[in-house]
Amino acid sequence: MSIGTTWRVARVVATKDLRIEMRSRVVANQVLPFAGLVLIMFAFALDDDILLERVAGGLVWLATLFSLFIVVQRSFGIETADGALDSIRVAGVDPAGIFLGKALALVVQLLILEIVLIGGAVVLYRVRVEPASLVLLVTCLLLATLGLAFVGALFGGFAAGIRGRETLLPLLLLPAIAPVLIGATKATEAAFGISGMVTSEGWPWVGLLAVFAAVFGVGGLSAFGPLIEE
Amino acid sequence: MSDLGSIVVTYVITFGSILSLVALTIHRGRLLSRQVADQDKPWI
Amino acid sequence: MYGDDSMNNNSTPDAVGRVATPATRAIGLLAIATMAWVVVSGLFLTPEDAIQGDAVRIMYVHVPTAWVAYLAFIVTGGASLCWLVKKTPTLILDRVAGASAEIGVLFMAMTLISGSLWGRLTWGTYWVWDPRLTTTAFLFVTYVGYLAVRGLGGSPHQRAQRSAIIASLAVLEIPLVHFSVVLWRSLHQSASVLRPNGDIKMDGLMLFTLFSGVIAFSLTFLWLVMHRQRLLTLRDVIEEKGLEAAIRERKDGT
Repeated sequence: MSIGTTWRVARVVATKDLRIEMRSRVVANQVLPFAGLVLIMFAFALDDDILLERVAGGLVWLATLFSLFIVVQRSFGIETADGALDSIRVAGVDPAGIFLGKALALVVQLLILEIVLIGGAVVLYRVRVEPASLVLLVTCLLLATLGLAFVGALFGGFAAGIRGRETLLPLLLLPAIAPVLIGATKATEAAFGISGMVTSEGWPWVGLLAVFAAVFGVGGLSAFGPLIEE
Repeated sequence: MSDLGSIVVTYVITFGSILSLVALTIHRGRLLSRQVADQDKPWI
Repeated sequence: MYGDDSMNNNSTPDAVGRVATPATRAIGLLAIATMAWVVVSGLFLTPEDAIQGDAVRIMYVHVPTAWVAYLAFIVTGGASLCWLVKKTPTLILDRVAGASAEIGVLFMAMTLISGSLWGRLTWGTYWVWDPRLTTTAFLFVTYVGYLAVRGLGGSPHQRAQRSAIIASLAVLEIPLVHFSVVLWRSLHQSASVLRPNGDIKMDGLMLFTLFSGVIAFSLTFLWLVMHRQRLLTLRDVIEEKGLEAAIRERKDGT
């Protein structure tokens, strides 16, 4: 399977997924409100304006992680409902392409989610985003999202193929994405200028995010096929 | 020695678990082993 | 399920309750002997430490269990990778990986408990967010996930394939996680001076006891993995035979 076919398959799968989302609006109508609610719940639980501003970076990414499960399960739920993933596979479609396509669709949906969450943090937790730290923030968002999407597509595909055991997904997913939580939180805090952090302090963490995305990009491309094989 | 309690608990938990696991393994081994003919056992 | 002897038509006259071999018997006896020595020496013969006092006695147990837990993780990862690469039809590597993980989880739990109790005596708290402890806790959860994947059912080959990939991913994940946590905690130069195992000046008998512990627990691990792997083999054979019998019954009966 050449890179050309893999990429072509990926584009087809990603376009299909995004088109389904645009028609059904599940992420827009259900996941975004859920994420916003999580931000509000944090405020109820933590009940301290100064504290909230300080931990805003972490809260944004926690809310993202909680929403990740739903988005990933939705992504594969549309497949296995009528066994669609199985039939594509049996037809000999490049599994690496399916993986990449799923991941790309996830990236788009997650990016929208994260931008909304950051907006929520600006409003609810009173953090500020300076123009100077915008580059850092955008890079952090892109790389972190890539990493999350790769891991989500990999384990999501795996868990989806097992009847009635989708509860396994969080257990497998969370330990794997811990580095993203750590790195993205620190980079975001640097971008928000929390606790006197300077923008330049965020870049090492972005490096960590890049390594993570690379590892799971390659890992996912190789492991997805064998993992969903029956 | 107020430390004595923690130390004893540690040793009891550690060695107790190991010995229990050993006993359980031997017991299960005997039970399962009786149901399988010797020629199917690769280690014999 | 295991002890269900009502299916007695499965036992044949030449089937004997034998899982042990001369090799495992020797290993087992050696393991017990060294463990007994560690208990005696650790509790009674060694002196207390200049700084930690008697708390150091927990170390004679904690360090070996930690070592075995990491060893088990490496064995599971290694066996899984080998299975994926070699693509042999026999499942022995898969069973070794599974057995090692089961025992590893146990040793990891013991490590966390003993470490926690030691921490209470030396630092005053059950837990600190230091890199090694945090990664260990992560490793524990990852193991549990791996074992959950093994328990998913399906054919033995399916099980082997799935768990081998999950284990290989874990081999990728854990160093990443550890590196992230180290970076994370390096920001927190905490006031606590004592590191997890302390900078213990051990000499003579203390050091020897520690090494004996490592050997004792390694032998125990070896024994447990060999036996557990054989148990898993028996279980697979029984299930296979049961399946064959059920198919035959179906053919003859109806």
